[in-house]
Amino acid sequence: MNLVWLVPVLPLAGFLINGLLRNSLSKSVSGIIGCATILASFILSLLLFGEVRQENFQSTVINFFDFINVGALKIPFAFQVDRLSALFLLIITGVGFLIHMYSTAYMHDEEPPHFARYFSYLNLFVFFMLLLVLGANYVILFIGWEGVGLCSYLLIGYWFKNIDYGNAAKKAFIMNRIGDLGFLIAIFWMIDQFGSTGFGEIFSRAGTITVPVITGITLLLFVGATGKSAQIPLYTWLPDAMAGPTPVSALIHAATMVTAGIYMIARSNILYTLAPVTQTVVAVIGLATALFAATIALKQNDIKKVLAYSTISQLGYMFLGLGVGAYTGAVFHVMTHAFFKALLFLGAGSVIHAMGGEQDMRKMGGLKKSMVWTHGTFLVGCIAIAGIPPFSGFFSKDEILSAAFGKSPVYYVIGVFTALLTAFYMFRLYTMIFLGKFRGGPQSPERVPSGGGNEVLDQVHHLHESPSAMTIPLVVLAILAAGAGVLGIPEVFATDSHWLQHFLEPVFAGSETLHAKGPEEGQLSKVFELGLMGVSVAVALIGTLVAIARFTRRPELEDATGFGKVLANKWYVDELYNAIFVRPLDLLGKFFCWLEKYVIDWIVNGVGRLVKYGSRQVRLLQSGQVGAYVLLMVVGILVLFLVELFVKK
Amino acid sequence: MPINYYIFLSVALFCIGVAGVLTRRNAIIIFMCVELMLNAVNLLLIAFSKMHYHAQAATNPNAGIDGQLFVFFIMVVAAAEVSVGLAIIVMMYRNTHSTDVNFLNRLKH
Repeated sequence: MNLVWLVPVLPLAGFLINGLLRNSLSKSVSGIIGCATILASFILSLLLFGEVRQENFQSTVINFFDFINVGALKIPFAFQVDRLSALFLLIITGVGFLIHMYSTAYMHDEEPPHFARYFSYLNLFVFFMLLLVLGANYVILFIGWEGVGLCSYLLIGYWFKNIDYGNAAKKAFIMNRIGDLGFLIAIFWMIDQFGSTGFGEIFSRAGTITVPVITGITLLLFVGATGKSAQIPLYTWLPDAMAGPTPVSALIHAATMVTAGIYMIARSNILYTLAPVTQTVVAVIGLATALFAATIALKQNDIKKVLAYSTISQLGYMFLGLGVGAYTGAVFHVMTHAFFKALLFLGAGSVIHAMGGEQDMRKMGGLKKSMVWTHGTFLVGCIAIAGIPPFSGFFSKDEILSAAFGKSPVYYVIGVFTALLTAFYMFRLYTMIFLGKFRGGPQSPERVPSGGGNEVLDQVHHLHESPSAMTIPLVVLAILAAGAGVLGIPEVFATDSHWLQHFLEPVFAGSETLHAKGPEEGQLSKVFELGLMGVSVAVALIGTLVAIARFTRRPELEDATGFGKVLANKWYVDELYNAIFVRPLDLLGKFFCWLEKYVIDWIVNGVGRLVKYGSRQVRLLQSGQVGAYVLLMVVGILVLFLVELFVKK
Repeated sequence: MPINYYIFLSVALFCIGVAGVLTRRNAIIIFMCVELMLNAVNLLLIAFSKMHYHAQAATNPNAGIDGQLFVFFIMVVAAAEVSVGLAIIVMMYRNTHSTDVNFLNRLKH
């Protein structure tokens, strides 16, 4: 407990060492520093977790120093150690360590300074993410929130020589900024209402504030969450963020950073429970995003794009869970999703690595034979995300869906339909990559993007299983993705079996008591709940089998037509945003550019020209003729006399 | 004699001095005109000093003495000015072989 400050400080130290000494460290040294700091943090988090899980544990706030002290407002730099933050610490450092380890092999083609730069960014990211989950008030949370956004920007644009990647990085940063504005306003509003930003003070006094104000604050917080967690309408940055290296996508854009919004809302659960309108908004947006992104994923051919849309869709599920009050379910899904989505991304990275940089699944196929470990673990990930028991995705998704059914059957139906789509597109991806025959040419014209090498690869012979630094994380994640479900076995199977529910009880206790007051809370009967589970399992199986059957028979994907084309083009949302926001802003920018050039500059230059012209004229008075000077002096004196005599009266 | 006469005389002398400075180009003449102006002022100061003395002699035996004091100051300053000014004129003559001030217009550079 006393060493909790070390948890974020270690990755920061790793960042400083790797960042400052990047020109002199060899690749193996910077890789070891990057991994070791995270591993140490992970061990500390484990120790912390051991303390936190004791029965009599009370959530503790550790003050370090006063961060802001202005008038009546005091914002301490404080960490909150409780079960929610301890759980997130484990996820971040654990998955983070595996991904660091994976990266040492994945990035081995980079030059040493860039290799060290990569690890320094990655460590900095982990530092900010830990700050985010450890902060004991909204301001510290916001510092972490902004920091992870910065690292996301840096890592998406890691290969900064490619202009498209740079643009993708900027897009991610700017989209996040829109959401952050909402978050910032919410913080100001909370300071105005509560005079504090500490979680403890705000949550204990939340009941005294009127409902409209709470609704406003929570909606603004949710705006922040839509930016960071890629929900409608601010989700478009996430697919583009796949420009970064694949482990980055796994760590930042699947497992940790994008779940920051869910963490924030789960942390503020009392505020949300007090604002039913916001809850409905959260649920509807989450559901809409889940469905919308799943439909887009059906028609994407880039394997990382499929996974990106799948991530958006799963995040939508989590927001649905938050919206219907299933906070535990949402956090559970964050955890299982972190495992299986990181696994899928790393598996995809392994495939891309083997294919020499190729990401188009139409050019893959039949990789099952050459990549045994990757194939096996990827399959586990697909089953987990599709929601087939007993893999972990089933339990977390089902918990959210049954809670959604409790709120409204419409939520449930759409959720299950989305689950069908999820199973379908995931197994479409799986089938296209691993089953059937290899469709890539023996001579691929594609170049290796990462190493900057220009050699043309012979893909068939290049196919190989990835080194063990890559397969070990895959296997570990696969075990977690398969087994994490036991942490949250539904109550219908055995009483008191939902360990996570029990574990997180103190965090969500406030909301639970508020909920218990509501009379309309209907308990589902056991049989009915089992029935719901049966439906979702059946749906997942149908999606899986249809996809496998369809794509093993006809693996050639022709260009989509009709409605499929709309999906392949992502519902033209990017084009819509371009037309509505980007182009008018562009025009406005051009107008101001013109204004600056021809009006403001003209005024400034005009003043200069006027002075120059005036001085050229006045200069002529200095003739050097003493007589002229004296004359002027006399005239001046006379004028003074005249003024004195006649005007001043 | 009324004070007005003194004032008219000194104004006339002063104006002659000004006109001389403005119109003449010979440095020595200009110099003399400057002296004329200074002495016009001296005359005026003495006249006013006397006037004050006559008006207040009964109560204040020193009335108007400051005016006369100023005259001495001005005479000292004028003497110093003459020495410097004549030195300048001598140097000027050595350089240009003339005492024409318009000849010396390089001051503008």
